[in-house]
Amino acid sequence: MSNGINKNDELWRRFAIAAPYLWLLVFFLAPFAIILKISLADPILAQPPYSSSFDGDGRPAMSLSNYFFLLSDKLYSITYLRSVAMASVTTTLCLMLGFPMAYGIARAKPATRSLLLLLIVLPFWISFLLRVYAWMGLMNNHGVINNLFIWLGVIDQPLQIMYTDFATAVGLVYSYLPFMILPLYASLERMDLDLVDAAQDLGATRTRAFWDITWPLAKPGTIAGCLLVFIPAMGEYVIPYLLGGPDSLFIGRVLFDEFYSNRDWPLASAVAIILLLLLVVPIVLLQRTQAKDGEQAA
Amino acid sequence: MKHFIRINGISKRFGDFTAVDNVDLDIEQGELFSILGGSGCGKTTLLRMLAGFEMPSSGMIEIDGVDVTHQAPYNRPVNMMFQSYAVFPHMNVAKNVAYGLRKEGIRRAEIDKRVDEMLELVQLSELKDRKPDQLSGGQRQRVALARALIKRPKVLLLDEPLAALDKKLRERTQIELMNIQDELGITFVVVTHDQEEAMTLSDRIAVMDKGQFQQIGTPKEIYEFPYNRFVANFIGSINTFESVVTVVDDDDVKAYSNEAGETLIALGKQLVDVGQQIGIAIRPEKIFVDKEKPADFDGVCIEGVVDDLGYLGNRSLYRIKLASGKVVQVSSQNRRRSVTRFLEWEDKVWISWKSRSAVVLLD
Repeated sequence: MSNGINKNDELWRRFAIAAPYLWLLVFFLAPFAIILKISLADPILAQPPYSSSFDGDGRPAMSLSNYFFLLSDKLYSITYLRSVAMASVTTTLCLMLGFPMAYGIARAKPATRSLLLLLIVLPFWISFLLRVYAWMGLMNNHGVINNLFIWLGVIDQPLQIMYTDFATAVGLVYSYLPFMILPLYASLERMDLDLVDAAQDLGATRTRAFWDITWPLAKPGTIAGCLLVFIPAMGEYVIPYLLGGPDSLFIGRVLFDEFYSNRDWPLASAVAIILLLLLVVPIVLLQRTQAKDGEQAA
Repeated sequence: MKHFIRINGISKRFGDFTAVDNVDLDIEQGELFSILGGSGCGKTTLLRMLAGFEMPSSGMIEIDGVDVTHQAPYNRPVNMMFQSYAVFPHMNVAKNVAYGLRKEGIRRAEIDKRVDEMLELVQLSELKDRKPDQLSGGQRQRVALARALIKRPKVLLLDEPLAALDKKLRERTQIELMNIQDELGITFVVVTHDQEEAMTLSDRIAVMDKGQFQQIGTPKEIYEFPYNRFVANFIGSINTFESVVTVVDDDDVKAYSNEAGETLIALGKQLVDVGQQIGIAIRPEKIFVDKEKPADFDGVCIEGVVDDLGYLGNRSLYRIKLASGKVVQVSSQNRRRSVTRFLEWEDKVWISWKSRSAVVLLD
C-alpha cells in the first residue's frame, strides 16, 4: 500500500519537474530552432517566404549570409547600439527611481505597505496600450503638459516632446518601473533592520551604512529588477513606435518591419538571433556573479 | 564620587504611549548592570536610547562626564550586541569584526592585529574566513561580541545576550561573558527578561515595569528584600499573605492575616502604620514542612494539608492548603535519599518559618 503511494509520489515528482522543461521545449526551444533555421535560409517569393534548408539533391543549403549582411550594414549596428543605449538608460532610471520607492515601501508600516504595493500594481489593471496612449495625450503638442506650461507662461510655443527619444524613455521608464520595484522591495523587506543599526553603532554614518549594508544586501533584488527591465526594454516595439514616432530606430521596430513590411523572414530571424545573443551575454555574466556570491555564502 | 553613566529623568513617548517614564539611574565604571523586566516594560527602549538609536523625549544621558543625549550612535563611546546578533551576512567573520575599526580609518596592519587578538579572546581564530551562515548560533553570538568589543567601548550594551542559545550553551556563555567583562573592565549594561540570567550575571539589577524602575539593587537585595509585589513575584516565586498591621516596633512589624489565621511578623524595612493593609511575603524555600508541630519554635506555625506535591530531583515542591483555603508553596531540599515519599496527598502537616525570613510588601 505504502509502496503504491510512494510510486504515485514519485510519478508526481517527475511530472512536476518535467512540466517546466516541457514548456520550455515546446514554447522556447522549438521556436528558437525554427527561427535559427530560417535565419540561415534565403528570402524567396513563395509561401513560406524562405528557401528550403536542403537543395534538390538533399544537400544542406544553409548560409550565414544574413548575419554577414547585418554586421556589414551600419544601419543595423546603429540600431542595435541605440536599443542597448535606450534599454540601459531605462534600466538606470528605473533603478534610480525604483530603489527609493521600494525602500520607502519596505520601511513603511505594514498597513501602509500593502496599500503602497497595491498602488504600484494598480496600473496593470488597465491595458498597457491604453496607458501608452494616455502618455501621447499628455506629451502631444496640444497635450496636457504643453498646455499647462503655456498657461503658466513658461513657454509660448509648444515643446516637441512627442516623437523624440525622450518620449520613448518616459514611456519605457513608466511602463517598466513596477518590474524594478517589486523584486527590490522583496529583498529590502526581508532585511534585518538591526544590521543597519549595528553598522551605525560601529561608527558608520547613515549614508555609509546604506552603502556598506543595505546596498550589497539588496543586490539580488537589484539584479533581478535590472534584468526584468532591461530585457523587455531591449526588444520593446509598441512604445518606440507610438511615442518615438515611425522613424525611430529600435531593434524591435526593425524586427517587425523586416518580418511584416519587407517579408524578409530570414533577415528578420537573424536580427532576432543576434538580439537574443545580446541579451544572453549579460544574463549569463550576472548569473555567474550571483552563483559566486551564493558559493561564498554556502 | 562621579557616576560613570548618569541617566537623568529620561522619558520616551511614542504618540500616546509612554515607553520609558522619567527614569533615573546611575551606573558605576566596570559594573555589570542588568535591566530586568517583561516584554513591553521599556527596557529595550532604554537601551536603544543609551546606544543612540532612539532620542529621548526628555531627560539627559551622560557617559564618563560627557553629555551624549543628542549624539548620533556612531559618535558614542558605546557599542551594542543585538539580540538578533545582527552579524553582517555578506561579510566573513574577520570582516565583521574589523568593520568598526575600518570606519575609524585605522591602518590595515593595526586592524589585522587587533582582529586576531579579539578572535583569540572569543575563541574564533579558526573560523575567521567563514561566512555567518556557516556558523552556529553560539559562534554568531561570539562574532557579535567581538565586533562590539574591538572598538574598546566605554560601555557595552547587550540586548538579551543569551536568549537565543540553548540551556547548556547559555550557562557556558554566561561564565565566558563574566570572564571577558572582568578581563577588559568594560562597563556592561545587559537587558534581559530572564531573572535567572540577571541574578547570576549582574553586580546590580534594575527591575523595570511599565516604563519605571521598581527596584534597583544587588541580586541578593532584590531577592531577599523586594520592595513591592511586582518585584517579589517577578524574581522567583513567593507566598504573599494579605494582612492588617497591628503593631509597629523598632525593627519589626506585626500584622494579622485572615489568610494565615495568625498574626505574622516581618522585618519592617518600610514605614507602615497600624491598620494599614500590607502583604507579608515569604519565599517557598524558607518554609519548613513537618508532620508534627515543631516545639518551641521562634516564628510562625500554621496547620494545613498537602494539596499537591511534585518531585524535582534535587528538591520537592509542596502546595499546602490552609484552613482559610489559601494555598502556600513550599520547596524543600531532598537531603536524604529515599524511594518512599516523606509526605503524601491529604497528609496533615505543619508549615513554619522564622520571623526574620518574611518581608513586608507595600504595594
